[in-house]
Amino acid sequence: MLRRISISTLIFLLLLAGCGRSDDSGDGETVGAEGDPFRIAIVMPSSTTDIAWSQSMFDSLVAVQTEMGGEDALTIAYSEGMFRVTDASAAIRDYASEGFDLVIAHGAQYGNSVFEVAADFTETSFAWGTSSDTGADKGIENVFAYGAVANEGGYVNGVVAAMLTQTDVIGVIGPVAGDAKLYIDGFVRGVTEIKPDAQVNISYTGSFSDTTLAAEAAHVHIQAGADVLTGSAQQVVGAIGVANENGVAWLGTQSDQISLGPDVVVTNQIYNWANVVADMISKIENGELGGTAYKLTFANDGLRLEFNENIEIADEVKEAARTAIEDIKSGAVDPVLWEEDE
Amino acid sequence: MLDELFTISTLVGILHSCVRLATPYLFAALGETFGQRSGVLNLGVDGIMLMGAFFAFYAVFEGHNLWVGVLVAIAIGVLMGLLKAFVSVTMQSLQGISGIGLYLFGLGLSSLLFKTLIGSVEGVSGFRQLAIPLLSDIPGLGHILFNHNALVYLAYLMVPLSWFVINRTTLGLKIRAVGHNPEAADTLGVSVNGVRYATLMIGGALAAVAGASLSIGLQNVFQENMTNGLGFIAVALVYFGSWRTVGVLGGSLLFSLVNALQLWVQALDIPVPSEVAVMMPYIMTIVVLAFTARQIQKPAALARSYERGE
Repeated sequence: MLRRISISTLIFLLLLAGCGRSDDSGDGETVGAEGDPFRIAIVMPSSTTDIAWSQSMFDSLVAVQTEMGGEDALTIAYSEGMFRVTDASAAIRDYASEGFDLVIAHGAQYGNSVFEVAADFTETSFAWGTSSDTGADKGIENVFAYGAVANEGGYVNGVVAAMLTQTDVIGVIGPVAGDAKLYIDGFVRGVTEIKPDAQVNISYTGSFSDTTLAAEAAHVHIQAGADVLTGSAQQVVGAIGVANENGVAWLGTQSDQISLGPDVVVTNQIYNWANVVADMISKIENGELGGTAYKLTFANDGLRLEFNENIEIADEVKEAARTAIEDIKSGAVDPVLWEEDE
Repeated sequence: MLDELFTISTLVGILHSCVRLATPYLFAALGETFGQRSGVLNLGVDGIMLMGAFFAFYAVFEGHNLWVGVLVAIAIGVLMGLLKAFVSVTMQSLQGISGIGLYLFGLGLSSLLFKTLIGSVEGVSGFRQLAIPLLSDIPGLGHILFNHNALVYLAYLMVPLSWFVINRTTLGLKIRAVGHNPEAADTLGVSVNGVRYATLMIGGALAAVAGASLSIGLQNVFQENMTNGLGFIAVALVYFGSWRTVGVLGGSLLFSLVNALQLWVQALDIPVPSEVAVMMPYIMTIVVLAFTARQIQKPAALARSYERGE
């Protein structure tokens, strides 16, 4: 009886071992004589295919890898689904002890873990975001920080939303209050700039990953009269599905979301981390292991606004979006809400 | 502001959301009720849901009919139920632990298959809203109850059907006997293991359809871990409903109602902090559990393996 229990437990443990870490670095390949490839490891809260936050970084890493000449020049190892900080913390320490050149902790919740591990592995470089804290005040020198000025694209999407809406009701689906605040504040500011009387209904699902609730939130906004929707975090896949089914315009952020709603996704604010990653690599190769805080903006090409080429978008909408981007770049517009309450 | 919440159109909207949101809970919790009534606790519901969600989605993604997607999900659910039965009933491993194992197995395998077979998040055309003629024209009520997709109706049909099977058929009698007193059932010639295999396969099929109701019904996408722990809430709803189908229906509706309410409260900008709104379903759950703590109908042999004495 006891043996039976232990055998069945063992079977399940073996099955469990199936889930876990992936290594994209290709196995058994020998490295060229001119030097080892640069090794990056990344720990992320959701998956490389979340069409949001995690994918934006993963796609950028792959772009840099291609730019540098493939796996011989840059290898990428990743851990997905590390929403729990304790799991992420263990993974960060693992990667550091395996001698990776750069360990990226892709989530604002990983800050403490990064600083803790960085203090123990001073020869390894770390990066984390969203944050501007490189730990300099703690005497830490091997940590980079990064973040996106999401309110810039939020503003432009807001302008687009205001021009598209016919009902003058717009719905926003946020994950956890506070997290998407930058984007949503910019969005509301953009809408108000064009249509001060338009109503922007905002609802939070309380989760980054609750696609079911996000889908229902989209239904709710549509029933409340919204004809343009936006939202952030990986939960939005549920909402885009509903927008698609109802033929309601969707404005994306973080990653390219057109594949999910080929007929309804109008624009995407895309986070392009490639320049940030490339700059970190060159700094590390020159012996500078941290200390820089990066910000993605339209001005430094970290943020991009892409229109869906497959659908017809009125020229005046595109023009208004371009003008808004230029105004942000030149500083003529400050895409932040006036009433700063937090 | 608050009077906005009590307009007819808002109330209809809230109830409409509630009825739709309850769909996956109903399928999964009714399935779990079968297992628990026969004495097996299956904590792997969420993993089975993910597998069902993936396979239904994949079938539709490959161009098959939506109902083929549902059938594929059912087949996968039955297999997952068999796996659970083999581990918990034949091998008699601890039910709680093996359930968690099954969950992680489903989570990992559905993610792996998604990555290898599809690779990126894609949309499909899922079950469309199907307004039932005449009935959907009833003012208010028609929209609330009769303007949903086919899987929503199916979920509600499962309530009387499950009740009938559990309370009015020979199989149901055997299920209850095995869950209450397996030794006595065994002496009367009922195959304890056979019945438990059957209930776990039924439960697996229903959990898989719950997953399908998300991936080809409510959202029409598949994403890794898209159930987001919904299966665990379904297990809790079985306790909540005191192992009765009507109780499960009540629990599912109540939980969904509070969820719908919080979404509407926020969307209409009713001055309740969003954090409080998001907490509402859970506060409600605790309150109701506190009042329904009496576990009169709890199957006496729940979570106990059965081994025939010599």
